Amino acid sequence: MNLTSFIAMRQEIFLLTIILLLIVGEIFINKNNKGRIVHIAIILFGIHTILGFFAIEETSLFGGMFRTNTLIHFFKNTLNVGVLIVLLQSADWIQEKMVPLNKGTEFFMLLFSSLLGMYFMISAGDFLMFYIGLELSTLPVAALVAWETSKRISSEAGVKFILSAGLASGVSLFGISLLYAATGSIYFNDVIEVLTSTNLTILGSILFFVGLAFKISLVPFHFWTADVYEGAPIGIASYLSVISKGAAVFILMILMFTVLKPLMYIWENIIYLIALTTMFIGNLFALRQQNMKRFLAFSSIAQAGFILLGLISGTQLGTATVVYFIMVYIFTNLAAFGVVQAISLQTGKENRDDYNGLYRTNPNLSLVMMLALFSLAGIPPVAGFFGKFFLFAAAASKGYYLLVFLAVVNVTISLYYYLLLIRAMFIRKSDNPIPFFKSKIYMRLGLIITVLGILALGLYSPLYDYIFELSTIFNK
Amino acid sequence: MDILSLFVIVPVLTVIALVFSKGLKQARIISMIGSFIQLGMAINLLFAYFRERAINKSVMLFTQDTVWFKNFNVHYAIGVDGISTALLLLTSIVVLAGVFISWKTDDLPKEFFVSLLVLATGVYGFFISIDLFTMFVFYEIAVIPMYLLIGIWGSGPKEYSAMKLTLMLMGASAVLLVGVLGIYFNSNADGGVLTFNILEISKVHIPFEAQKLFFPLTFIGFAVLGALFPFHTWSPDGHASAPTAVSMLHAGVLMKLGGYGVFRIAMFLLPLGAIEWSWFFIILSATGVIYGAFGALKQTDLKYINAYSSVSHLGMVLFALLMLNKTAWNGAILQSLSHGFMTALFFALIGMIYGRTHTRDITKLGGLLKVMPFISVIYVIAGLASLGLPGFSGFIAEMNIFVGAFQHEEMFYRVATIISVSAIVVTAVYILRVLGIMLMGEVKNEEFLDLPKVTWFEVTGIMLLLIPMIGMGVAPLWLSNMTMDSVGPFIQGVLNHL
Repeated sequence: MNLTSFIAMRQEIFLLTIILLLIVGEIFINKNNKGRIVHIAIILFGIHTILGFFAIEETSLFGGMFRTNTLIHFFKNTLNVGVLIVLLQSADWIQEKMVPLNKGTEFFMLLFSSLLGMYFMISAGDFLMFYIGLELSTLPVAALVAWETSKRISSEAGVKFILSAGLASGVSLFGISLLYAATGSIYFNDVIEVLTSTNLTILGSILFFVGLAFKISLVPFHFWTADVYEGAPIGIASYLSVISKGAAVFILMILMFTVLKPLMYIWENIIYLIALTTMFIGNLFALRQQNMKRFLAFSSIAQAGFILLGLISGTQLGTATVVYFIMVYIFTNLAAFGVVQAISLQTGKENRDDYNGLYRTNPNLSLVMMLALFSLAGIPPVAGFFGKFFLFAAAASKGYYLLVFLAVVNVTISLYYYLLLIRAMFIRKSDNPIPFFKSKIYMRLGLIITVLGILALGLYSPLYDYIFELSTIFNK
Repeated sequence: MDILSLFVIVPVLTVIALVFSKGLKQARIISMIGSFIQLGMAINLLFAYFRERAINKSVMLFTQDTVWFKNFNVHYAIGVDGISTALLLLTSIVVLAGVFISWKTDDLPKEFFVSLLVLATGVYGFFISIDLFTMFVFYEIAVIPMYLLIGIWGSGPKEYSAMKLTLMLMGASAVLLVGVLGIYFNSNADGGVLTFNILEISKVHIPFEAQKLFFPLTFIGFAVLGALFPFHTWSPDGHASAPTAVSMLHAGVLMKLGGYGVFRIAMFLLPLGAIEWSWFFIILSATGVIYGAFGALKQTDLKYINAYSSVSHLGMVLFALLMLNKTAWNGAILQSLSHGFMTALFFALIGMIYGRTHTRDITKLGGLLKVMPFISVIYVIAGLASLGLPGFSGFIAEMNIFVGAFQHEEMFYRVATIISVSAIVVTAVYILRVLGIMLMGEVKNEEFLDLPKVTWFEVTGIMLLLIPMIGMGVAPLWLSNMTMDSVGPFIQGVLNHL
């Protein structure tokens, strides 16, 4: 391993170092001061995030197994920022609930391992590396989902998650083996050259797709979503909904636009159908949810359906809009989850009716939530609007006007349930409202970053143009 | 800083100042100052427009263009002509009047004025945009505060009305989005680059098939806001539940966005589609004109009466726009302006009556002329303007519309015109019915004999609306000339494509 490969893999290596440092730290920190590990982990990860912003060259390592370029690097940074926000928002929860049970350090280690898996997954240059990354990103999360062992619902969620994930990745592996049988290679660059459209490759690509569809929670692979989100700690639910989903969408998009390009004519139809069913089912189920976590779960299923609109175009425009939307979505959804987490931590309340009259007692939290909901619903001038508009534009550029029309119908449906929450917070009055409270510094920081992201991403246009420039890499 | 962008910046600064204000007194003073500055800017713009128009013959004046999203060719492009100048003036007057009428908002005053001014920002931005994307952004910004304004400060079934209004309008804007994308991706039909700029798209020959597909989407997208039958149902419920100032802004300004958008985008950019579909939408809008008038005849709640009357009057705007000729289009613009002042005035008066008598049911009111003479007299004046009496603003507008509409030689258009004209008679009936029942006769409730006097801020609000309304009626020509000048290039642009 020479210096070039070290530099190319520095994100991975640095994250691995953090994981190891945490193990050492766990050993050397006095039993009464275990809480310190939270600060150390967050500070280390903050440094890691900042270091990530230094540019990286396009490189390919280990005979093409591992590759990185500006777009992949950019996306890793996006994931870093997202995970940092998740950490900031979960810090108080870990400090107060998990450290006394001696379960603080492992939380960070597992979360970072999962992130490491995602790095490898999106940097993969062959199917093997991809599969290892996929597994590494999924398995630690299963443990994290079941983290609150005292809660029955959490264990149930863990079991549900590991079983579905295992099945999905198994199917995916089968798909990869079919693709290997048809092309004789697992390296993306080789597969690109020999892949033709035959029944075998089509079947292989569809089975392969299942593993990722599970992570993105596309219909019909979405059944785990609501139960797992409800049972998991809120920080982990938010991690699943944005980071895990974002990384899976990203790699799916890259593979579709490069390796599976010869099959795109079939994929367009499949994506069309899946996008429609995902949007409609996600939205229609979200209408009736009372629990905030289940509500956000179905809302995130619907959002995944919207993302597919960017995938269907198969162009540079599609790549850029999808990456941009994921970025917007990370900030937006984390803002919503952050508010839910802050309230849940203080009061234990997680139902929509508990939010009645929230604005009159906690105006700032309500405003953050309102911004997040407007962004999810796609209302200008916040970032979500631009993200959605560009996704729709990407689909329309290929002439899918009917799909765009049905998508905007879905936007209107989704607006209804987002407004229900706004109604609860701003219009309804409650005899027993959530009392005024002040969150701790980490939580506040976590929310402020998301708010800044939501406000700035849309209005600050050079960012989108920058992503568009980067997107040329996969659309030559 | 150019004088148009200030229309967005000043309300935004006012909103920021409001965020740091405390209590009702500070909030209303800040809003009043902000709205006063806007009114000053609008008057200044009017004079600047006249000066500039004398030497500059381009379609849009004071244009500014800044690239926003380079890859989509989205620009922040602004510019005004006579029509938008007049509508900006209308908006600034109604907003200021609305601030005065809301002088006593007790519940969450800061949030009320913030929402009101965000709405105003959206409306100003919409009127100055000449870029489809920017326009669409401002359109949605203008609509969404309505949910909170009606939901929090409304009355009656406010949650239901607010939700219905927001969903219908946002649903319409979603449909519009498809239309906007359709126009955008056909804007390179003659070669050239994709663009959102309205003036550039108007020169492009968008293929007939695309026009046929996207015209109804674009038209409906805007026309729902202009209360197109059968998508008008949000309007009566919304008006009835909204607080006074919101009803004023809503009927006076927000609903104008619909007609303006149809004029600037649907008709101007997709003229072939307009001709193809005009029969269908003429039937709908003529139905709206008649239906609104009869609806108003049947209602007893003052706000419902005026809401249905708005459906009828704005139906005329859409009807005139679909006629595709200069006189009718000018009539549509004048009708928008006249209806803006008139309806805002009506709703202000209704708010004042309701604030004193605590009922809006005309069967429970009576003899108001004796107990509240000032309000009653103004109500009569507004009523007379509404039924199109010469000397008031409504007359010149409706005259233009029907003269223009009747110029069409085909039987279908003439029959539709005659049917719509007959709504004027119904209008007279429902206006006079309200005036008769509510203002004349005996005082039905003894409590009404001792009602609070009108306050200075109410008088100011009323006068702000009354003066331009009468001014438009007495000296219609300067305004008519100004809008006619601006309609010219648009109708010419449309005719070039036929």
